[in-house]
Amino acid sequence: MNNREFIAKRIAKELKDGDVVNLGIGMPTMVANYIPENVNVILQAEDGILGVGPKAEPGEELSDCIDAGGNYITTVKGASFFDSSLSFCIIRGGHVDITVLGSLEVDQEGNVASWMIPGKKVPGMGGAMDLVVGAKKVIIAMEHVGKNGSPKILKKCKLPLTAVNVAKTIVTDMAVFDVVQDEGLVLKEIAPGLSVEDVQNSTEAHFTVSPELKVIQV
Amino acid sequence: MKNKLTSAIEAVSKVKDGDTLMIGGFLTGGHPENLVKALVDTNSAGGLTVISNDTGTKELSIYQLVKSGRVKRIFASYIGSNPETGRLLMTGEAKVQLFPQGTLAEKIRAGGAGLGGVLTPVGVGTVVEEGKKKIEIDEKEYLLEMPLRSNVALIKANKADEVGNLIINGSSRNFNIVMATAADYVIAEVDEYVKEGEIDPNHVNVPGIFVDAIVKVG
Repeated sequence: MNNREFIAKRIAKELKDGDVVNLGIGMPTMVANYIPENVNVILQAEDGILGVGPKAEPGEELSDCIDAGGNYITTVKGASFFDSSLSFCIIRGGHVDITVLGSLEVDQEGNVASWMIPGKKVPGMGGAMDLVVGAKKVIIAMEHVGKNGSPKILKKCKLPLTAVNVAKTIVTDMAVFDVVQDEGLVLKEIAPGLSVEDVQNSTEAHFTVSPELKVIQV
Repeated sequence: MKNKLTSAIEAVSKVKDGDTLMIGGFLTGGHPENLVKALVDTNSAGGLTVISNDTGTKELSIYQLVKSGRVKRIFASYIGSNPETGRLLMTGEAKVQLFPQGTLAEKIRAGGAGLGGVLTPVGVGTVVEEGKKKIEIDEKEYLLEMPLRSNVALIKANKADEVGNLIINGSSRNFNIVMATAADYVIAEVDEYVKEGEIDPNHVNVPGIFVDAIVKVG
């Protein structure tokens, strides 16, 4: 199991039966592969679908059934379609229970920077800003450190923000943190074989350790 | 009854120098490819403003439109799939303004619905708030986003009847429905064209009064 699978598997355990869930592009999409059998969630795609199913088989692709990443997908029983205006009514209006989003940086105040690197990469925010502001719970899925080993969980985000004070849970290959109002980051779980010192050495942000610290189970 | 059925070339001849153009679709989904291709091939209007969720992909004619030097301004939410739009943003050759996807949809809805603007919490504390009025209601901050309208809208539907009632299937509804409400002249590219009365009123996604021209393709 690689880091991305490990993160996706751990996040899948956060989903509850009946939740309306929007999964961002990339690692967050992988969460759908690990949702437990007895948990039925309703997956939303911001281009206008509730009830996203598995990818369409080759030869079965329909031009009127694509997800927000442009992939040909299927729908599950009970699915519905709608336009962008209603889709963002669902998102902004608090009708999405959980959104899972990758990020470039996140900080101890729950600020998220996920959408641009000035001068380098400006793909646009798409629906990400609406999702992190509107969803009831925002879970950040990311590898704990960047490719060069630099921390991505910071005291203060350096890149342009996606939104202020929105992240509720951060799941990485090393740890699970909750962002608690007026308290900051609380380390709740730690990857097998790691110490709190290992996590601290890879984290710029200040955090406290939960008295019920657990080992991440996937 | 006015005959709305016309050719793509005739329909897009309505686009004049300096016009603002809305183009429906989400990536390839529900994109009015034949209308945009006719605009690229047969209309030379310049100084255009294009409003589109994502300015499409490299495989679509909108890529050629953006590349043609005829577009001076772009409003979008995501441009990662059209490298030419990204290039214009980086070089400043065109003014590219990015909005959160839900904000873009709601600005267009406001334009079509006769509203003076909308208040959204999305973008507060980010670069999106720059130059915008902030309004506090019940101790929560909102951005005032102004309405968007256009001279012409190019949209895609599955089926039209003679009066212009449209059926748009699945995830292709996206921006096509809301854009139909916010332009002076609305051109719909459709796969199927039927007589008045042959579309069940229960199934109409866009009432015919919004549609000025219908172009049957395929």
